[in-house]
Amino acid sequence: MKIKLPEKLASSAVLESVRLRWFKFKKNYLSVAGLIITIGVILVTLLAPYIAPYPAHAGFYMNLEESSKPPSLEHPFGTDDFGRDILSRVMFGFQYSMLMAAVILLLVIPPGVLLGLIAGYYRETWIDQVIMRISDIFIAVPPLVLALAICSVLTPSVFNSMMAVSLMWWPWYTRLTYSVASALKNEAFVQAAETMGASPLHIMFREILPNCLGPLLTKITLDVGWVILIGAALSYVGLGAQPPTPDLGTMVAQGGQFIPQLWWMTVFPASAIATIILGFNLLGDGIRDMFMEETM
Amino acid sequence: MRLSTYTARRTFYAIFTLVGLSILVFVLARVLPGDPARMAAGSTAPQWVVEQIRKTLRLDKPLYEQYFYWIIDITRGDLGYSIYTKRSVTLDVMQYLPTSLELILLSAVFEIAGAFILGPIAGRYSYKWPDNVIRVLCYAGISLPAFVWAIILQLVFTFWVPIFPTQGILDVAPPPRLTGMTTLDSLIAGRFDAFVDVLRHMALPSLALAIPAFTQDARIIRSGMVENQGKDYITLAISKGLPQWLVTSKYLLKPSMIPAVTVIGMSIASMMGNAFLVETTFNWPGFSKYGTNVMMNKDLNAIIAVVLVIGIIYAALNIIVDIIVANLDPRIRFVEKGE
Repeated sequence: MKIKLPEKLASSAVLESVRLRWFKFKKNYLSVAGLIITIGVILVTLLAPYIAPYPAHAGFYMNLEESSKPPSLEHPFGTDDFGRDILSRVMFGFQYSMLMAAVILLLVIPPGVLLGLIAGYYRETWIDQVIMRISDIFIAVPPLVLALAICSVLTPSVFNSMMAVSLMWWPWYTRLTYSVASALKNEAFVQAAETMGASPLHIMFREILPNCLGPLLTKITLDVGWVILIGAALSYVGLGAQPPTPDLGTMVAQGGQFIPQLWWMTVFPASAIATIILGFNLLGDGIRDMFMEETM
Repeated sequence: MRLSTYTARRTFYAIFTLVGLSILVFVLARVLPGDPARMAAGSTAPQWVVEQIRKTLRLDKPLYEQYFYWIIDITRGDLGYSIYTKRSVTLDVMQYLPTSLELILLSAVFEIAGAFILGPIAGRYSYKWPDNVIRVLCYAGISLPAFVWAIILQLVFTFWVPIFPTQGILDVAPPPRLTGMTTLDSLIAGRFDAFVDVLRHMALPSLALAIPAFTQDARIIRSGMVENQGKDYITLAISKGLPQWLVTSKYLLKPSMIPAVTVIGMSIASMMGNAFLVETTFNWPGFSKYGTNVMMNKDLNAIIAVVLVIGIIYAALNIIVDIIVANLDPRIRFVEKGE
């Protein structure tokens, strides 16, 4: 059985709540700054091949005459030891980082959230125990350590490092969904649905899941930054993307060998990482504040 | 529930998790592509040597049997043989672990100091200029990972303004080894020159580890304090004329400590992970540098040992944090009792 709001009323209520949230969001300048940075990063990601001054420099390219030049008008971020334009490589680096974040989160969120929903719905049964204890095992070490360990026995590549990070990341979504779901389990509206004979699937997906969206959205936004960071860390030790891939972590690591003379080789890719993480962090905080009322 | 019962229960869960972790790591190490016997023998060794090694490492037995033998070895303190350092992994752990722990201890000091200086100031003067300055600083802090901070600190404070040594642990003769922690060893031997020298080498790597951590903590303390500011009991405390410092420290800060302590504990624990990159950058001869080296050399026994040791430290720290939090917040103990 379902009580349906009249079509028009329902849609205007949704519209109203969206409008209210947007109002709350834009009150905070930092959140808006985060949104702008994030949109900028996404634009650069999508348009890298068209706006990069030297697209050929993204891959294997060598021009020793131009090598190791400090920042200039021609090369705003300078050039690396092979004579490649660092600005172009950073732009393509955004692509790799964002691709990595997107793939990992797409792989991780569905199973993580599903397991959390199930464990939360069957709270205090053996199902809850099994799922949550298994997820405990995966977060028994810092994700970076296990991801490093897995990557080390595989052939280092972007694909393998994405797999390794994914394997480490799902429990966080399980935990988050579990904490919200198990708290909602005893709420009146869930019990009402149960009394009306709603199926467990209906309760999990139609009653509980929509209420997890706020915290989940916040976590996803913040996680884009963290996932990129771990990817960069893996590349930094040489277990992730391999040169000449223009990966930001790899670029920081390679530039590190030329410190202090060629400081621009590290400083600009590092600032690029910082920009991405900063943007998503600001945005994530804004989203959290936006949903604060409902979740607290 | 009494605190001791609570502790016992947490410890039981932790042991359960560690056993699970050991299975996970073991299975991963065996299932992932690559032949451990071939790796141990080296790529040029003849086939019969590989077979011999396969036999001595019991790699010809079924997986559960291998695991069983492996666990028995571990309980005897035998973590296997490292093909990278060519000696027992247990010895390696004993040599490198203390060096990392002292680095992380100093980072923890930096972290706690930074968190409890910046957080309360921002919370006390929320939405005024000190808060705004601190918030911007904190965003900068969390936006850069520890390894990038390491490179930046190295660039700035060892090359541009050379006041700290670039890398390594000592420039003077090392003190006799007792605890393995060079700082302690120098003090025990009365070698103050060595002590100061180690601290100078430690300063930048531990700061690099601490910056992303304490900026995160400060944010949490601040937001906890801001959240509590409008509460009735604060209004009451102010209206009955309590001095501002008392309201801030006792009524605003203390409830905000609970999430902060949890996060601080977690981040100290995850420094073991971040140290992998920071120790490599500063060439700090610790456990994480060792971990990076064995990983680059696909030294399976050592990799498993590194993950397990970090898992144990992580679990221990988490138990300690849980106990501290339970002490700060009796609600947690009561909730446990109710279940």
